[in-house]
Amino acid sequence: MLNRTAENVARATPEPLARKVRGISDKGLAWLFISPTILLLLAINIFPLFWAIYLSFTNYRANRPNEVVKNLGFANYQRILGDQDIWIAMQTTAHFVFWTILLQTLIGFTLAWLIDRKFRGHAFWTTLILVPMMLSPAVVGNFWRFLYEPQIGLFAYAISFVSGIPPTNIQMLSNVSLAPWSIIIVDTWMWTPYVMLICLAGLRSIPEYIYEAAEVDRASNWRQFWSITLPMALPFIMLAVLFRGIENFKMFDMVNLLTGGGPGSTTEVASITLKRQAFESWRTGYSSAFAIILFVAVFGLANIYVKALNKVKQR
Amino acid sequence: MKSSLKMALGLASAMVASTAVSNVAHAEDLTLCWAAWDPANALVELSKDFTKETGIGMKFEFVPWTNYADRFLNELNSHGKLCDLIIGDSQWIGGAAENGHYVKLNDFFDKEKISMDDFVPATVVGYSEWPKNTPNYWALPAMGDVVGWTYRKDWFSKPELQKEFKEKYGWDLGPPATFDQLKQIAEFFQKRQIDGKTVYGASIYTERGSEGITMGAMDVLYSYGFQYENPKKPYEMEGYVNSDKSVKGLEFYKALYDCCTPPGASNSYMGEGVDAFKSGQVAMHMNFAFTWPGLQKDENVGGDKIGYFVNPKGPDGDQFAQLGGQGISVVSYSDKQESALKYIKWFANKDVQAKWWSLGGYSCLNAVVKDPKFPASQPYAQTFLDSMAIVKDFWAEPSYAPLLQASQKRFHDYVVAGQGSAKDALDGLVKDWTQVFQDDGKM
Repeated sequence: MLNRTAENVARATPEPLARKVRGISDKGLAWLFISPTILLLLAINIFPLFWAIYLSFTNYRANRPNEVVKNLGFANYQRILGDQDIWIAMQTTAHFVFWTILLQTLIGFTLAWLIDRKFRGHAFWTTLILVPMMLSPAVVGNFWRFLYEPQIGLFAYAISFVSGIPPTNIQMLSNVSLAPWSIIIVDTWMWTPYVMLICLAGLRSIPEYIYEAAEVDRASNWRQFWSITLPMALPFIMLAVLFRGIENFKMFDMVNLLTGGGPGSTTEVASITLKRQAFESWRTGYSSAFAIILFVAVFGLANIYVKALNKVKQR
Repeated sequence: MKSSLKMALGLASAMVASTAVSNVAHAEDLTLCWAAWDPANALVELSKDFTKETGIGMKFEFVPWTNYADRFLNELNSHGKLCDLIIGDSQWIGGAAENGHYVKLNDFFDKEKISMDDFVPATVVGYSEWPKNTPNYWALPAMGDVVGWTYRKDWFSKPELQKEFKEKYGWDLGPPATFDQLKQIAEFFQKRQIDGKTVYGASIYTERGSEGITMGAMDVLYSYGFQYENPKKPYEMEGYVNSDKSVKGLEFYKALYDCCTPPGASNSYMGEGVDAFKSGQVAMHMNFAFTWPGLQKDENVGGDKIGYFVNPKGPDGDQFAQLGGQGISVVSYSDKQESALKYIKWFANKDVQAKWWSLGGYSCLNAVVKDPKFPASQPYAQTFLDSMAIVKDFWAEPSYAPLLQASQKRFHDYVVAGQGSAKDALDGLVKDWTQVFQDDGKM
């Protein structure tokens, strides 16, 4: 049957085309099929990367197309690495990444562990917890901006109710000390369910018989958690940390919507600085160099991390 | 079967033909790009007359202010053909002229006998000329605008508040003549209970992302003695941008922000200011004049309840205001430049300009604004005229964007985040601006 179909297809192939493809090996045919995808990848991913590397050594500005492009060597890189504002933006990014990952991992794993107990109504609670993750960041950003509003926002009123501080004094987005935390809170609220899902997959992958064996050995719940649950779920937790780390390193939408990098430059993470340099100041060469530095940093750190992850998996 | 096939083919042909015909009919439609705001709606209304007169259809591409510069500068930089006409911000003129985005209009003006002497001088310099103060025109002044103030006339006229104010400050509560008086009024109203509501002193520009805080701070700094450069030596900024007078001006702006703005007003620009005033939160409101027609009509705060005043004087009696507004230009990448020029010619007409003002646009034509009936035509007309007479504008250099970004950062860091001193902020600004001009090879 299959042969007959193949024969029919071969017979139906127009002669000029049949002549062309006759004699192509399986490998050649495979390349023929994947070449459109590869070409697309080269065009929209690889070429821009190499183009950005080239631009990073020049003074090119996208809003001055008629200007002569000069080769600056490593001047853009030197300027970035010596720019105090860039280092402050990197510190802000590191602060944001560290706290969001810590909180999301702790809360996400705890929620996953609780959901894994399979109590009555656990499916309903799982769905409810996942809701923030399903919302658009634009919606979440605007929604929280209103919640944080000191005169009408529910958040300020809730804190005021608990602490007794007047709501108009709780200026989450205007206060230099509170503004970074306002973004951390929103990101944690939105993305903890994602970490929870990955951790839940990890917990559900632990075979039941291991716990049964531990029960036979009279291992306490605490012991079971430290010796079975945590080590076996660790690769999943690490994977969640990797995903969230990469995502938060390039966080833009939430910061832009909530504070726009302010007050002052308090919440100006690296991606906001990059956007300002590239599309507001139009320093295309300079911002390309900054983008390459960020790319190398994320790529390098992610590589080290993946190696550590593989080691944990092999244990 | 055969007849139904014929019918289907007939219908399809008719559809194709009608689409083709409609494409031909709209081939000369012009697209005008501008910001999405009240005057844009007035322009849509006004442009219907142009279509009636010429048969040329008008399409509009309006983008909210927060994305206006990003969107249209991208469009121009990529040599896009979306806009045939553009009403671009005053600061774009240098870059747009030098990078060939706008069509130079000198020959066209000569041919059509459109004289720039017929327009308010400040608007010609601000919106049309590059280099500044030279007769090289890249736009027709389209929408005059300037930063001024509105105030709650009804609150100011309450006898008990007038009495209390006079006792406290020794002068009659009314529109302030100096910035010190403005701050006293703002302090007086801050956190006061009026009609059972807590109200605040003033709404001022503090926005970080685009140009807000720069427009607001500059509006004050000019009257305190700030200068962009040595008038005798271009691009020499040391001692001008960071002069003692400028430092005092910036300190004043921070003091005004700290003492007298509503809670959480750390990222406030035109829209937020209007919201604060309309919702009855503030006694005074700094904003561009384009917001005034809308506020005047507002049921809650408009009519007799609203008053307008020109930017007050600084400590030495200097009085300036930040220029806003835009000119209309023909995009050099447009395939319909001839029709676009027809629109400019039509728009420059006196009757069209008079209608433009009546619909809520701000005409820059002398024949309209110097008409004896003009000051009484709207409650804010005289304030607009007085404000337009004292305008100053931000850099309009091709590098205006990095210059603006630097001031946004330095001002916001100091005024809103409270980092460093006013002197640090202005010294840093001189450093940043010097770097920009050095990169441009101008220093």
